[in-house]
Amino acid sequence: MLAYQSWNRYPSVRQKADILHWATDVLPDIQQGETLLPYGLGRSYGDVCLNQGGRILDTQNLNHFLHFDRAKGILRCESGVTLAQILSLIIPVGWFLPVTPGTQFITLGGAVANDVHGKNHHCAGNFGHHIRQFELLRSDGSVYLCSPQQNPEWFRATVGGLGLTGLIRWVEFQLIPINNPLIEVETVKFANIDEFFSLSKASAFDYSVAWLDGMAKGKSLGRGLFMQGNHAAPQWNHGYCMKNTRKLSIPIDFPGFTLNKLSIKLFNTLYYHKQIKKVSTGLAHYLPFFYPLDGVENWNRIYGAKGFFQYQCVLPYDNPAVIKEMLKTIANSGQASFLGVMKVFGDIQSLGLLSFPRKGFTLALDFRNHGEKTLRLLEALDVMVSANGGVVYPAKDTRMSAQHFQQFYPNWEDMLKFIDPHFSSGFWRRVTK
Amino acid sequence: MKKILIIGATSAIARELAKRFAGRGDKLFLLGRDEGKLQIIHADLQIRGAAKVVYAAADLANTEKHAGLLQQVYKTLGEPDVVLLAYGTLGEQAQGEQDYTMAQQEFQTNFLSPVSWLTLLANDFARRGSGSIVVLSSVAGDRGRQSNYIYGAAKGGLSIFTQGLRNRLYHSGVHVLTVKPGFTDTPMTADMKKNFLFVSPAKVARDIEQALEKRQTILYTPWFWRFIMLVIKLIPEWLFIKLKL
Repeated sequence: MLAYQSWNRYPSVRQKADILHWATDVLPDIQQGETLLPYGLGRSYGDVCLNQGGRILDTQNLNHFLHFDRAKGILRCESGVTLAQILSLIIPVGWFLPVTPGTQFITLGGAVANDVHGKNHHCAGNFGHHIRQFELLRSDGSVYLCSPQQNPEWFRATVGGLGLTGLIRWVEFQLIPINNPLIEVETVKFANIDEFFSLSKASAFDYSVAWLDGMAKGKSLGRGLFMQGNHAAPQWNHGYCMKNTRKLSIPIDFPGFTLNKLSIKLFNTLYYHKQIKKVSTGLAHYLPFFYPLDGVENWNRIYGAKGFFQYQCVLPYDNPAVIKEMLKTIANSGQASFLGVMKVFGDIQSLGLLSFPRKGFTLALDFRNHGEKTLRLLEALDVMVSANGGVVYPAKDTRMSAQHFQQFYPNWEDMLKFIDPHFSSGFWRRVTK
Repeated sequence: MKKILIIGATSAIARELAKRFAGRGDKLFLLGRDEGKLQIIHADLQIRGAAKVVYAAADLANTEKHAGLLQQVYKTLGEPDVVLLAYGTLGEQAQGEQDYTMAQQEFQTNFLSPVSWLTLLANDFARRGSGSIVVLSSVAGDRGRQSNYIYGAAKGGLSIFTQGLRNRLYHSGVHVLTVKPGFTDTPMTADMKKNFLFVSPAKVARDIEQALEKRQTILYTPWFWRFIMLVIKLIPEWLFIKLKL
């Protein structure tokens, strides 16, 4: 609780924190000109969760379950409840999250504010599509009950609204039924990006995502592993595979040289070849399938004290040449790290004014912070994205220009009238100046 | 399945401990001051799997009400297997130095009213000859320091009282656990500057549950406070008075 940072640990800022202890607490008094920003677990990769010079509202203690209809799978909880806490409640009774991002260590409030997506976007859309209602507290003390039917304009502004419309006090959403905690998984090795597209097109699974070797070039450009899965059928026994509860942890910041072109190339090559067969199938526990990195505590520290950037964009996929060009730029830069992720989004329309997901091809990659050099590369990617009708994900951004943001999200001006006059974030000030 | 009475159920450590009890399927009776907060916890614990959750709102420091409240508990829950005494206040030391009524209030809340609860409970537990009484004291009660000796004196008194009580009840098979948490991230310490010694109430709750199972007598939580306090207690008084602790 010492420092409130974003997960990529850049930029490093100073801000005061107020810890909310009860959902019934009133918002703290603020000085003239000061602003507030709700903060959950700080897992966004950028300044959407930071408020330099202002205050943040730590919501972790708003962690009560309020109502659970076990027959219908409807859960209402306070916004500081984490997905991990929800999963441990609902899985034993046969329910699962309708949509989950790649970590379970985020709060429900963060899931709404960033309208997060997951491996089932092509079937299920975003988290926002599964919200039945939520309560929004404004700094003037007014309270809005929001749902797609009630106060729909506030619903649209708050889902994906980056925490700027007020404090989300609780959220009620619909769960999906499962038979057990297992996933039937199929992993297919693909040699290049064209193969990835045909695999995506042919995939009939509820969940799919691909790992990308961001260093491979030439004929291997865009090679990787395509992972797809479904919740397992009832005949599989719960005891079949117990989760491995031993956790790795990164206790210190790795020195800057640990991750270099060579070590990453080696890792990626080994990872790609770890699967010898073209296709492998099996059963996996839901934890390693959905949350592979959650097994390594503080994995963000491997990038060293300077932090790192994550870049995620979505591009229309009717133009594979652009995507190839982009992958080439990344591979040639030699700056990409492991953990490149690709997925094809479905065409379910997002609900929020500023929601990121839309039909197309999405790519997410980590870049170690090499200063200017990295910033220039990312700016070049922004230019390619904007020239080809794509957008960049605010939850993973620390540096896109105001001009690009406003082009990506033309609704931003409609958003202004819903923003709480006493709420702001580093991100918002940066992209609206 | 155990029957558990929590006195001061809205305190941060009690909340976390109650979640653990609920997850095990225990029956809980919650006593607290704030009805709205009790309602929130009540719903939460039921969802987490408690076999039964009942609550009553009352001013816990008002000793006249204690016997009646306990009767209510025994009637709806039955005689509890475990009692957790968890409420307390951390008043402004500087104010207490100027104003006896404030110091008196601190003693009423942190020492005298717990003594009233413990007196009633001890006799009921002794008669039954089983069960555990868990009392939240504090490392602040281990040595008087200028920065918080009013709170420290109340908690120190409570530690010694429970120590004696443990000695007495041992012979009738009743377990008494004195918990001495260090700095915990709770509303009580909201205004304190946080450092690396602060831990979450969830961590403290985990330690208490374990100590309860092992029938430990005195629990410092986290564990390193046993050594910090050992060092602090070993400093000779002529040196200690010169320190700004």
